[in-house]
Amino acid sequence: MYTETQIINNSNDELVINVGPQHPATHGVLHLVITLQGETIKKVEPHLGYIHRSIEKMCESLTYRQFICASSRMDYLSAHINNHACALTVEKGAQIEVPQRAQYIRVIMDELTRIASHELWWGAMAMDLGAFTPFFYAFREREVITEIMEETCGARLTMNYMVPGGVMTDIHPDFQKRVKEFIQLFKSKIDEYDDLVTNNIIFQNRTKGVGHLSKEDAISYGCTGAVARASGVSCDIRKLYPYDIYDKVTFNEILETAGDSFARYMIRMGEMRESIKIIEQLIDNIPEGDYQAKTKAVLKLPKGDFYTRVETARGELGVYIVSEGAATPYRIKFRSPGFSNLSALDQMARGGKIGDLMATMGTLDLVIPDIDR
Amino acid sequence: MVLLSFDWFLIIEKAILISIVIVASLVIAMYETWGERKVAAFIQDRIGPDRAGFGGILQPLADGMKLFMKEEIIPNSSNKFLFVMGPGLAMLTAMMTSAVIPWGGHLEIMGRTVPLQIADINIGILYVFGVVSLGVYGVMIGGWASNNKFSLMAALRGASQMISYELAMGLSLIALLMLTGTLSLRTIVEQQSTGHWNIWYQPLGFIIFFVCALAECNRTPFDLPEAESELNFGYHQEYSSMKLGFYLFAEYVNMFISCVIMATLFFGGYDIPFVNDAHLYDQIGNWAALAQVVCLMAKVIFGIFVFMWIRWTVPRFRYDQLMNLGWKGLIPLALANMVITAVVALLKYNNWHF
Repeated sequence: MYTETQIINNSNDELVINVGPQHPATHGVLHLVITLQGETIKKVEPHLGYIHRSIEKMCESLTYRQFICASSRMDYLSAHINNHACALTVEKGAQIEVPQRAQYIRVIMDELTRIASHELWWGAMAMDLGAFTPFFYAFREREVITEIMEETCGARLTMNYMVPGGVMTDIHPDFQKRVKEFIQLFKSKIDEYDDLVTNNIIFQNRTKGVGHLSKEDAISYGCTGAVARASGVSCDIRKLYPYDIYDKVTFNEILETAGDSFARYMIRMGEMRESIKIIEQLIDNIPEGDYQAKTKAVLKLPKGDFYTRVETARGELGVYIVSEGAATPYRIKFRSPGFSNLSALDQMARGGKIGDLMATMGTLDLVIPDIDR
Repeated sequence: MVLLSFDWFLIIEKAILISIVIVASLVIAMYETWGERKVAAFIQDRIGPDRAGFGGILQPLADGMKLFMKEEIIPNSSNKFLFVMGPGLAMLTAMMTSAVIPWGGHLEIMGRTVPLQIADINIGILYVFGVVSLGVYGVMIGGWASNNKFSLMAALRGASQMISYELAMGLSLIALLMLTGTLSLRTIVEQQSTGHWNIWYQPLGFIIFFVCALAECNRTPFDLPEAESELNFGYHQEYSSMKLGFYLFAEYVNMFISCVIMATLFFGGYDIPFVNDAHLYDQIGNWAALAQVVCLMAKVIFGIFVFMWIRWTVPRFRYDQLMNLGWKGLIPLALANMVITAVVALLKYNNWHF
């Protein structure tokens, strides 16, 4: 039978509920223990580790060519950018010169991945707020990207297209044509997204002033990506520490100062437009030449430690390799953006309502395997 | 002799009518689920159910069969009596409203005039309101008896939401009743014949009523009690099998009934637009009544489509925003509408010209 103690756990009229590990809003196996007073959130305590697969430890027994594939499984939505970070670190250690053509292809693919990731975020975030239709619209356009990826890389989600010294294979002959078609399509669709969600009064009421994160807090929690940029922290690695050919393209780092969910939303919408701009600049100018540098059959990094960071769709991904001079790394550490961004959730959600928590979590754009690794 | 003094024809006639109405509302609720999936598919650029039967026409039967075959789970820690009562109550209150709705004019059968209405009581609207406000118990009891924190919160949300929006709904109708001067639904429909629909006289009242009807049916953007991304489908989280089916079914029956009431009060009920109904009766007799039923259904189906259209377009409100809209937005508006209507009616009926 029902007892009162089962509902109310202490005398402060506080109610503790478990959101997750199986909950529609966490988009994975994140477990949040929420202390509520009525509908108001007093505390959010994230419990991690439900999908910990010890990728870092696994990488220690994989060669420098193989471990790139393992990194796809961290943030599966921007798998290609993760691979890019790993490849850059190995190239830095082994001092491999990457051909221009490979650099162009890598950056175009990165930006396509970023758009695909943001599309999925957009749909999932709208679904968190109770609107189902955007999810299908987002997947409709994302499908075009995954088909382009499939044609060139042979896979749709975890592409494994990146190798130290370039890319695995040359692009498909139709690649440029199809990317240009996609750009045309997407430019009209993103305005449709604005009509459907951004300018919706209910959506704006749900997100404006919700989940506020100040600039100081964003820095001290180590937030990166759209979360930090929405609070006014300039942290786009593509701009600050350009890798490959990001210094040759012109694009804007989107910055907002409000620090609320709506600002984070606007940042990502703006980033999609900027990605389109980058692809437009590169797609017609891919130089002829090799798509892969000549590398030794067994790659060995010299003794020492190497660190590279890239801008993934969720923020800054750092790859730290400690090498003892062998064919496998001695230790690998991934600095994943999701983990740091999640740490700010408690601060952002406190004092808000349950609905606010979902809006905040939606705009953090969490990918749980990226947090747990 | 006592038995002979009963009007047996009346009893048979009402029994047939009641069974037709109940079966019809259940079938319509069934096909609303199919319609909802088709409308959602249309809006979301998909095909929707198309496997069972032509165009997925048998899908509701398959869904119902699936629900019947599912294992019935009653949580150990739940209050079993109330747990079973919740969905039953939701279904009961959803079905009861249809008793006072005039579905059409009247039929002439064997010299008798048979009105297409189960009971033409002179407090029709009050009865509807009474039954609708009982509907909250289905949500509350089900949510509370589940002994689940999410369900409990959903039950609280549902209770406060439905009670708040009933107020605005009632106030918006008072203005309408000032114009009609009657509570009987059949009289209200008859007053609206030949195009004098109440929507032309009460546009603001209609908008308030429509928003409240959305909230009463727990439809998006007011689906907070079952907010799946916040409360895991809320009050029916612990339900399975046909008990869950009853809750879902009750929602669709509610939606059907609120569209019928909306059509009756504001869109002339069974009045056929651009046609003189009395004249039509002289010409084609009973077929005119049938045409009226079809006309009412067309209005209702359009209303249901608008409900679905809204559901698949907008996100949901936050709980406090919902309460603000109800108490600070709709209730003052409904009051203002009431005062304006009262002043206009006073001037008109007393022939005071300014």
